[in-house]
Formats: sequence, structure tokens, C-alpha cells
Amino acid sequence: MSDYILDVKNLRKLFPVRRSMKQMIKKERNFVHAIDGVSFNVKRGEIFGLIGESGCGKTTTGKVVMHLLESTEGQLILNGDDVTKLDKKALGVYRRNVQMIFQDPYASMNPRFTIRRVLLEPLEIHNVGATQEEREAMIVKALESVKLTPAEEFLDRYPHMLSGGQRQRVATARTLILNPKIVVADEPVSMVDLSTRAELLQMMKDVQQEMGLTYIYITHDLSTARYFTDRIAVMYLGRIVELANADDLIDHAKHPYTKALIAAVCEPVSGKVNHIKEVPIEGEIPSAAHIPSGCRFHPRCIYAQPDCATEPEPELQSDANGHLVACRHWNDLKRK
Amino acid sequence: MEKTLDVRNLKLHYFTSRGAVKALDDISFELYKGETLGVVGESGCGKTTLGTALLNMPTPPGKIIGGNIIIDGQDVLTLTENQYRRDVRWEKISMVFQGAMNCLTPVYTIYKQMMETIQYHRDMDKEDADARIRKYINLVGLSDDVLRRYPHELSGGMKQRIVIATGLFLEPSVVICDEPTTALDVVVQAQIINLLKELKQELGVSFIFITHDLATEAEVADRILVMYAGKVAEIGSNEEIFGSAGPMHPYTKKLLIATPRLHEKVDKLAFIPGVPPDLLEPPTGCRFHPRCTEVMPKCSLEEPPLKEVSPGHKVACWRCA
Repeated sequence: MSDYILDVKNLRKLFPVRRSMKQMIKKERNFVHAIDGVSFNVKRGEIFGLIGESGCGKTTTGKVVMHLLESTEGQLILNGDDVTKLDKKALGVYRRNVQMIFQDPYASMNPRFTIRRVLLEPLEIHNVGATQEEREAMIVKALESVKLTPAEEFLDRYPHMLSGGQRQRVATARTLILNPKIVVADEPVSMVDLSTRAELLQMMKDVQQEMGLTYIYITHDLSTARYFTDRIAVMYLGRIVELANADDLIDHAKHPYTKALIAAVCEPVSGKVNHIKEVPIEGEIPSAAHIPSGCRFHPRCIYAQPDCATEPEPELQSDANGHLVACRHWNDLKRK
Repeated sequence: MEKTLDVRNLKLHYFTSRGAVKALDDISFELYKGETLGVVGESGCGKTTLGTALLNMPTPPGKIIGGNIIIDGQDVLTLTENQYRRDVRWEKISMVFQGAMNCLTPVYTIYKQMMETIQYHRDMDKEDADARIRKYINLVGLSDDVLRRYPHELSGGMKQRIVIATGLFLEPSVVICDEPTTALDVVVQAQIINLLKELKQELGVSFIFITHDLATEAEVADRILVMYAGKVAEIGSNEEIFGSAGPMHPYTKKLLIATPRLHEKVDKLAFIPGVPPDLLEPPTGCRFHPRCTEVMPKCSLEEPPLKEVSPGHKVACWRCA
């Protein structure tokens, strides 16, 4: 068995844009390039972070990995099988192995279901557990593993009776109940209070170590990602611009975009009130329907050189330590 | 220093079918001219309620049942709703709401929305109003071009800037910003924070900056007010809360430790166990005592007063009393 549980190769996902009459006549087609050639692999038992601003394609990548969206191009290899070519039956098994925790714990659960039914549903769909008692035991076990104890107390409650943090625990239990191999967690803590965020992440990490799970953690928050993940990939406009070990990436960022993201993070220390913080980035994120030529970051890059706009897009290159960066000038950044 | 806003013993209850929720209980603080006061706390501690109370428009079934709000020397709670709307709200105190980008009407252009506000309040001819709008749009770092656009044509950061401009352009003394950066990306967030700092320096407006994130407060707030369960737990300067000595109230300490820091590698993130109390029946004594690790027998019996431990630094904790 290889070290990698999931191998994503040159993944692309394009969404067609609605056309005007003129474009229809001219037979023009426009696409939003949500994911535009993304390759990465996820090691067995690691926590892989996907980071970026809204609209960079991180959630779409998660959904394609989940096979909730079909990719336009590229390969998705789980344990040696290409997922994009699976038939319906095999896809059922795949979906059991790859589970997702959604961002909004208020919207991801049926408000009319009790917690028992929320957790029973995946078992019914995937035909797990022979008897009622067996299923009940699995539900209790799942609730206990996310530290909702005593589990019996929660079984007959409705989602509205739980706090945001508790709901996210139920959402985690719902993914764990099927014994998955990979869990895609899309901003699982962004809607819960700061004070309980750490508690949830700690619980997720404990569960991951106990069950030998692999997580793909999608977030925009660098601070929690550093603590939570083993490796981080930074996405910008549908492409990975930098990929490295979490600590290495944050302490020794190479790509100008990653540097800007890090510079923008606020830290709870005194003495900054009267300073205007320099954020080393220009302008606003361009539309994914009109990707800039050359390096797609060049219009916003403060280090951009003339060749950044004209030469083809830089690919991810590795330095001596396996730190990947997609920038032509990363070791020699000069202000414009 | 000149006091712009003086809030004394403000009380607001939500009268629900299950009883009165004591959302604001005896809140007192002052805001000086040209400063930013940060208000922090977990969700449900009354931060947003405080903002709406200052505008004298509590969300039903909320009602202000006591206290004074003194803006520029005038007790505004004695005014009738009509007087308040005409002379105070937006004239003297305005608010940038949470998720402000959704505050704009999708069917009007930005120009029309701003013009409507200005014409309601000011007897200004069109040209002056026009000039005022353009001035403030430029002040928040946008070009005149956005005025003829509809909200859906603008990015989240641009909409946020417009809402800030709308809060500012009647030149109020106090602007309340309720989580103005939470829904934005980090880069845009940093830009908006910079903008607020520049505006504070240029216009001398006082800001009340409400958020749950201590890290953002450290960037913007001159003084910080920490709320817990509808009460003030601690008020102190930026240095007193975030400096090397650290805050004094156990809740503030916990909140600060639970705030992740990017440039520090930790093996375990800290968190505050338990949940904030139900304000229908708040705990006896200190409201934080069930979650406090430094609890003493006295804490569950008697409520600690908000005591001034050093000039301007007030703490409501028996450990400091």
C-alpha cells in the first residue's frame, strides 16, 4: 500500500456562465474556473489543510473530492482506484469511505429529525447494522466518541435544542458512524464561538488519532490551521500556489500571496492601535471567469516582474525540503 | 478628555413568554472623543444588544428598563421616539450592522440609498448632498464609479466600505461597528481595520467596535470592555488587556488564552469549558463562577462590584476587590 490515501491529479472544475443572446449566436462560451488544475496527495492518517479566501475554489475542491460535484477534468485516486470512473455501486462504497462535515451546523441537519434519526439515516442508506439494537449501539458509540455524554440524553433531542458546538459534534458523529477513511471538514468551526472552537478541534483531533482517520480540513483561518493540520496547501483563484508542512509554511512562507495572508492576520498583542498595518497585496480578487494571463496572481502581486504577465503560468516547484511553491521569483523577490 | 458618550446603569430585558431575559444588567461605561472602545465577549453575552440599546431600538421583545445614555451632554433616553429618530439616531450615533453587506437594498443604486438617508435628515440641496456623498465615498477608499452600481455588482469589502460611509456621512459623534469584519476575508479584514484607524484619526469620531475576536480588538481598540452574561467583567486600556502583565479578570484571561496566535506553535489550544449561562435565571453571585477556575466560596454568594483597580482599569472580580 502506498503512503498516499488520496491522489488528486490535475483536477479541473469549470462552471458554464449564462450566455447573452449575442454570445449564443456567436457560439461563445464562458466558464468560471472554480478549480483550474489542482494536484495534491494526502497521506494516510494526516490532516491536510486547504486554505484560501472565499472564491478560491477550496470548497469546490472538497465537493469534488466528495464526489458531490463531478470534475470536468483530472483524476481522483483513492487507494489506487480512479474515482471519476466509478460506476454507481462502487460510488456508494466510495461515499461511505469519504464523509463530509459541513460549515453551517444550523443548516446541515434536518430540524424535524431527532438526533437519533440524524444518525440513523446514514446507517439505513448504506445498510449498516443488521438489527435495531445493533444500530442503536453504533449511534450511542458515535455520540460517545465525540464526547456527547451521556449519549442517551441527546438521542431524543432536536437540533434546535443544541448549541452550535454540540451540533457540530453531532455532525462529526454522523460522519464517523460509517467508519470512513477520509473526512472532508469544510470550515467546521467557523460558525462556533471562539471559546469553544479549540474544544471542537481538540475533539476532532482525538477522534482522528483513535480511529486512524485522514482529514481534509478546509478553512480560511491560518491560526487554527497551523495548530490543527500537518500540511497546508494555499489556494488562489482555483490553483494551489504553495504547499508545505504547516509550521514551515507559516514560518517560512515563500509565495507573495501566502506572505500577504500571513501579514493580514491579527494577533492579540498590545501596541498596534496607532499603526496602520501594511498588507502586501494590491487590488481585489479578480473574477474566476476572467483569469489573468501568466501567473494569475501577478495583477495583485507587489513583487510582479514583466515576465510574470507574459510567461506561462508557473508550476509548483519543490525546494530542497519538499516545500512546494508556484512562483517564478520566490527566491529573489523584488518590490516593483 | 471630553466625554462623548456616558452610559450609566443601563438595563435591558427581553420579555419572553418564559420570563425576562436580563440581557444587559447595569452596564456603565464612558466613551471619550476620538477613541475606539472595543466590546468583546462570547455570543449571547449582550454585545449586539448593547449596540441596539444605544441606538434606542432594541429588537422586540427587548425593552430598556433603566439607566441613562448621555450623548454630548444630553440624556437621550428622555426623548420621544420621533425626537430620537430626527435628532439622535444617525445624527449623533450611528451603527454599522453585523453582516452589513446585507443591509443594502438590492433594488436601489448605492447613490439613491445614500441620498435617501441624507435627505431625510438634512435640509440640504441636491448639490451639497451630492458633494457630501462623494466626499465620504472617496474617504472610505472607493471611486465615484460605485455610486451608480447596484449592491450585487460589488464585492463584500466594497459593500462594507459603503455601509461604513453611510454610517459616517451625517458626521455623528459615535459610530457603533458590530462585527464589521467577521464575514470578510483576512486581507479585506485588514484593509477595513486600517480604514477605521485612518477615519478615527482624520475625523475624530469615536467608535464602539463590537466583536468576539480579541485579536481584532488588539488592532483597533484604545480601550476594551469585556462583557460576560450581560454584565461588564473588565474595562481596561489596550496595554492593560494585551500587554505583558495581562488582564485581571479570569474570564478575560481565559478568552485571551483561547485566542489562537499564528506565530506560536502550540500542542494544545486552550478553551473555556462550559457554556455561557441562561440569562433567564443567571447564576447567583458572580455570573462567571460556574466556569471559573479561580473560584472562591464568596463568588457564588455575592456579586462582585466593578472596582477600579488602577486609574481607568475596572474589574468585577472578588479576587481583585
